[in-house]
Amino acid sequence: MTEFFQSLGMSYEWAWGVATLAGILLIALPLMLAVAMIIYVDRKVWAAINLRRGPNVVGPFGLLQSFADGLKVFLQETVIPSAANKGIFILAPIVTFTVALAAWAVIPFSAEAVLADINVGLLYILAISSLSVYGIIMAGWASNSKYPFFSAMRASAQMISYEVSIGFILVCVVLFAGTFNLNDIVRAQEGFGLGFINAYVVHPLLFPMWVLFFISSLAETQRVPFDLTEAESELVAGYQTEYSSMSFALFWLGEYANILLMCMLNAILFFGGWLPPIDWEPLYMVPGIVWILLKTFFFFFMFSWVMATVPRYRYDQLMRLGWKVFLPISLLFVVVISGYLMATGHFGAAA
Amino acid sequence: MIQTFAFYMFAIIVIASAVMVITARNPVHSVLWLILAFFNAAGLMVLVGAEFIAMLLVIVYVGAVAVLFLFVVMMLDIDVAAMRAGFIKNFPLGIVVALVLLAELVLGIGAYNVGAIELGTPAAADAPAMAESNTAAIGALLYTRYIFLFEAAGIVLLVAMIGAIVLTHRPSKSKRGQQDIGKQVRRRPDEATVMKQPEVGKGIEL
Repeated sequence: MTEFFQSLGMSYEWAWGVATLAGILLIALPLMLAVAMIIYVDRKVWAAINLRRGPNVVGPFGLLQSFADGLKVFLQETVIPSAANKGIFILAPIVTFTVALAAWAVIPFSAEAVLADINVGLLYILAISSLSVYGIIMAGWASNSKYPFFSAMRASAQMISYEVSIGFILVCVVLFAGTFNLNDIVRAQEGFGLGFINAYVVHPLLFPMWVLFFISSLAETQRVPFDLTEAESELVAGYQTEYSSMSFALFWLGEYANILLMCMLNAILFFGGWLPPIDWEPLYMVPGIVWILLKTFFFFFMFSWVMATVPRYRYDQLMRLGWKVFLPISLLFVVVISGYLMATGHFGAAA
Repeated sequence: MIQTFAFYMFAIIVIASAVMVITARNPVHSVLWLILAFFNAAGLMVLVGAEFIAMLLVIVYVGAVAVLFLFVVMMLDIDVAAMRAGFIKNFPLGIVVALVLLAELVLGIGAYNVGAIELGTPAAADAPAMAESNTAAIGALLYTRYIFLFEAAGIVLLVAMIGAIVLTHRPSKSKRGQQDIGKQVRRRPDEATVMKQPEVGKGIEL
């Protein structure tokens, strides 16, 4: 895109700046629209599984429900508790939202449509997702109220615990792909399974890793059954108890942007990203962005499905699952997979 | 121009937030400023081309160490007035530490100005050419030439970790509070509940 703006007669610096800004807007604005629609999908799926109708009043089939909600919070008054630590209280939702958007910089929507095609893309995602806990901790502490603080404590312990096993699962994928670059990870999956399936998940050593990754991504995004940070029955609304209006909406948008990111990572790392599911020539006529969005939507449906059917974990069960089940299994698989790759001579094929 | 701008932005924010770490009155604010400093230091590392180290800095320091640090500080009940009272008492010690640091700075800058110290690192011209990515380059060095140091560092960390567990682990003497997860999962509704139809005015025996 930089070349295009340079061809309009700009200097390199200006062209780069304008191109980057345009790229950011091209990702962030559709993402916000997608978040609004995905909240609607979430509520509809949840309602259908509960044999309810879900939102059906605002607009045709209730399609405009999220926009009506957005308008409502926008018009509400922002309340800041008098005992709150004002600066951090205001900063916390901004941090959550910014961090949720920042991770999208390295996501490849198709072979070319990626804002920053960097070598350490996967590490960048891991780094950014480890930052997202700060918004919650800051909100919990700055609210100066006990339920948000409990929630912040739970959130930080939960996210740190599950990041450890997510890290090991990502190492397994990286061992197969031989690179941290997300585009190259997708390319490495071309014809991976039996020569015609474009997905890592079909490998018997990677399928258990995908199951672990899916459950960990539920925990990392604090979705049901791991939504102990906002357990209504115990903590009112968790870290967002004291928030209202736009500051609350920023948490909300950030949360769903993170969920979409995790769905997309499931698609990129284990299901071939922007590649069609089967390595068959006519399927490549469909643009890559359609495939990746379809896969992401499928994983989001699974997230909603889990939300509607599974009861919430107890906190000690959550910690046990993270440290005593997922961590040993993923650690074992790192060893087994590297041994397998060395033994079969695949190692470093793509590097 | 972009790099120069980015460098000055990161550098100014690192220094400013480092100053704020020691001047902020609220200890939680101090930790948050420290996190900002870490984050911008990672930005500086990206600028010199060490993107792998930059990401590790964010993942390890910002993502894990600083979170726990922030938590401990948040839970502490720090009385600022009591800390002020200790200021005069600890002032001489502080002066001594400051003088030592100043002497080290002077020595370091002096040695740098004299120039040409043999540090064992190759000069810029002799440095091995960077492989395609510095992740691969670091891995190639770490697992071949520095394998002993690398594994020794790993052992030291393992010992420290086991030490921390041994120090904090207290085996509980009573059976209370211990759970058998397998037993909980195996439990079925028919062995946990009984249906009774008590007569009017009478209780039930369980």
